[in-house]
Amino acid sequence: MSYAGDIVTIASVSAGAFFFLAGTVGLLRFPDTLTRLHALTKADNLGLGFVVLGLLPQAASLRDGLKLISIWLLALLAGATVSQLIARSARQGGPAR
Amino acid sequence: MSITTVFESVLAALVLGLALWTIAVRETYSATVGFVAYGLMVALIWVGLDAIDVALTEAAIGGGLGGIVLLGAAARLRDTESTAAETPNRMVRLGAAALSAAIAAALAIAILLLPDAAPTLAPAAVANAAATGLANPVTNVLMAFRGMDTALEKVVLLLAIVGVWSLASDQAWGGRPGPHHEADPNGVLAFLARLLPPVGIVIGVYILWTGADHPGGAFQGGAVLASMWLLVIMAGLADTPPASSRRLRLVLVAGPGLFFLVGLGGLCFGAAFLAYPIAHAKPLILGIETAMLLTIAATLALLLAGAPERSVPR
Amino acid sequence: MSDFLTASVGFILAMLALGLVSILRGPGDADRMMSAQLIGTGGIAALLLLGTVTGVPAAVDVALILALLATFASIAFVKKGLSRLEVDSTDGT
Repeated sequence: MSYAGDIVTIASVSAGAFFFLAGTVGLLRFPDTLTRLHALTKADNLGLGFVVLGLLPQAASLRDGLKLISIWLLALLAGATVSQLIARSARQGGPAR
Repeated sequence: MSITTVFESVLAALVLGLALWTIAVRETYSATVGFVAYGLMVALIWVGLDAIDVALTEAAIGGGLGGIVLLGAAARLRDTESTAAETPNRMVRLGAAALSAAIAAALAIAILLLPDAAPTLAPAAVANAAATGLANPVTNVLMAFRGMDTALEKVVLLLAIVGVWSLASDQAWGGRPGPHHEADPNGVLAFLARLLPPVGIVIGVYILWTGADHPGGAFQGGAVLASMWLLVIMAGLADTPPASSRRLRLVLVAGPGLFFLVGLGGLCFGAAFLAYPIAHAKPLILGIETAMLLTIAATLALLLAGAPERSVPR
Repeated sequence: MSDFLTASVGFILAMLALGLVSILRGPGDADRMMSAQLIGTGGIAALLLLGTVTGVPAAVDVALILALLATFASIAFVKKGLSRLEVDSTDGT
């Protein structure tokens, strides 16, 4: 059980780290604000999702596991909302210039 | 050198670099964003130092409320920045630099001169945890062993809100704090302001409740609740209450009021001011903390909303 | 296992450092705000991993608060800009 759990952890956390890398590279390399936003909010939340998935087998209790999942859901909600808000203000040429 | 040491050195270097950049950068706005990121990194360091209570406070204040205060200030300053061409002269700048360097040097000397095994009361606080029935030593110190300090801190919060309110102009005296927020009722922000607060209230109460035995407490929970209230206000779904509202003022004095009431009870029936009867220590402390949660949430949110700006039609 | 997770925290911290570079570079305010968002998400991941490595379950609570409040700086950023625009337009009329 714990052996299989460890394999899941290593695979998932590695995948999560890869998506964080992808998001960061996108943030640094993409040409304009909207594409950078696209790279960041999608890849990062996927990365966090994989990290959470990887840590689930290590969670001590059911409550800890539920907390981990709710953290991911909150982060997803935050990412989705913020990307909308920033994209809108960037497009209107408001405070984002 | 273990992998943990390398990791900690890298984290410290990152935070120091970010701090230097935040001071050096000329644009107010960039410095603000830098500072918000700095708060997040410092929360990581507190977790690394095993000071979870402090990390929780840093996350709630630095991640939520601090960002709103600083960005609001930056937005106000930005309107005046272009018109205010006046820069401080060389003497003022040199004086400020000398003063900052002196303070930094004094702090560094104080830290370097600490005796090697720093004097600590931590073992005593942990050893006497059974006296209150709470397992979190930080809550024990705040609410029982040094309860007087905490009670007076809440009075300071009250004084702060009185100070902010006294900045109101005569027309707006006793009126609603802050500008009125207009937002699209079907927009993204209004959606978030409907979805997030129920979750946030549960988390705020959870942080208070878990503070009895694990890291957490009234201040962190109150900061979370204050953020939720501000979110609803910023989305235009609710307005700030007028400063003259009696119910609001009752909430503002509830925390310190109950604290002093229990303290006087200790003076009358027990050994000393704020002496809890051993058998009822835990329910009394949790009761005070619940009242303080409401007070802290209301006070922090109103401090951020600012001075009354709009008069209430009578 | 613990070594692997520590290395993961280190890797994610490196990504955060790169995100910091993006804060420094800008060029626009929106880009800076996005970098702050990246640091928020990455910080949550780092906290969760760190809590598992060091065996501090309460680190999850810190991550929970960070996730709950992750939107706030960005909302203030958008909101302050918008309310200023509204003030400008009412001044004009």
